[in-house]
Amino acid sequence: MGLIKEFTKGLIRENPTFVLVLGLCPTLAVSVSVTNGIGMGIAATFVLIGSSLIVSLVRDFIPDKIRIPCYIVIIATFVTIAELCMKAFSPALDRALGIYVPLIVVNCIVLGRAEAYACKNNLARSFLDGLGMGVGFTLALVLISAIREFLGAGQILGHTLIKGFEPIFVFGMPSGALLVIGLLLGLFNFLKDRKA
Amino acid sequence: MSLQELLTIFISAVFIYNVILSRFLGLCSFIAISKETKPALAMSSAVMFVIVMSSAITWFVYRFLLVPFNLTYLRTISFILVIAAFVQLVEMIIRKVSPYLYRAFGIYLPLITVNCAVLGVAVLNIDMFFLKNKAVAASFYYSVFQGLCVGLGYTLAMLLMSGIRERLELCNVPKAFKDFPLAFVIAAILSLSFMGFSGFKS
Repeated sequence: MGLIKEFTKGLIRENPTFVLVLGLCPTLAVSVSVTNGIGMGIAATFVLIGSSLIVSLVRDFIPDKIRIPCYIVIIATFVTIAELCMKAFSPALDRALGIYVPLIVVNCIVLGRAEAYACKNNLARSFLDGLGMGVGFTLALVLISAIREFLGAGQILGHTLIKGFEPIFVFGMPSGALLVIGLLLGLFNFLKDRKA
Repeated sequence: MSLQELLTIFISAVFIYNVILSRFLGLCSFIAISKETKPALAMSSAVMFVIVMSSAITWFVYRFLLVPFNLTYLRTISFILVIAAFVQLVEMIIRKVSPYLYRAFGIYLPLITVNCAVLGVAVLNIDMFFLKNKAVAASFYYSVFQGLCVGLGYTLAMLLMSGIRERLELCNVPKAFKDFPLAFVIAAILSLSFMGFSGFKS
């Protein structure tokens, strides 16, 4: 497989949210507004790239039996870096995302990519895989949060789109998030079936 | 520590801010293991046990290691390490002591390490019961009790969901909505009904 494909597969064909159905906790919790979605996406992408790089570098030195704890420590290091940077440069975003920033550690996408991909492939491939998965995750977050912000608050990125549109309050609530992702997953399954 | 505050913690952790349906913690396991009631119950009890114990352990780690040495920024790393080590320990002990229990819990225990609910509750306890890195009065008991209540909330949501999904197995649903999409739509409706509890908030 070409190097470009390593990057592009994460975008649609193996999209972590819609195809692999991984890492849903942060996806649903922070997708109230597009700003939050982008912030979370960038933080997760940073952690994915960083941990993929390090795991791919040390993959030959880690004994097989204790590899998961080792991966978790590597991931937690990058999450802490991301957390501290966010606190320093964007306190408002940090408050909005709350406990979901430290929870990137237990995001199944990150550990899943380390376990399934980075521990078997070289540096360049792991980097592109991490980048692709991160961008795919961010795209999914932006899509979900755009739908929720538009329906729940009548805005996108804080701009009102349609004058006089009465927001549907429930889409800003937790149940709205579950409903949106359920319907989106159903829609993607439907489109996939029709193509096949 | 007063009965009133314990009751507040109980109601808010089990109903108002239900760990799955309103905080979205532990959602992966919730969707994956809620197809039948029995495994769902085994998973919930394992999760509840680990959450209670790890709430206690992380409180000690934070209060007596991280705060005195001014290392609170290592919170995430130290908590996840402690939790992972604890889960591993429990798995080893259960395997030795009770093979029957091991078979019942077996595959779910390692999964709990990466269950966001466990780390989430640990972080939440620190956010709620430490003010400016000082433990509030009786914060240890509150932390453990909140752990227990969150575990109960998890069990409640798991049981409701698995009961509903067992029945839906027999229904004829559109092909595109089989499994995951339908599970999310059900969870959405459950969460909507739990929103009614937010009226308890004063």
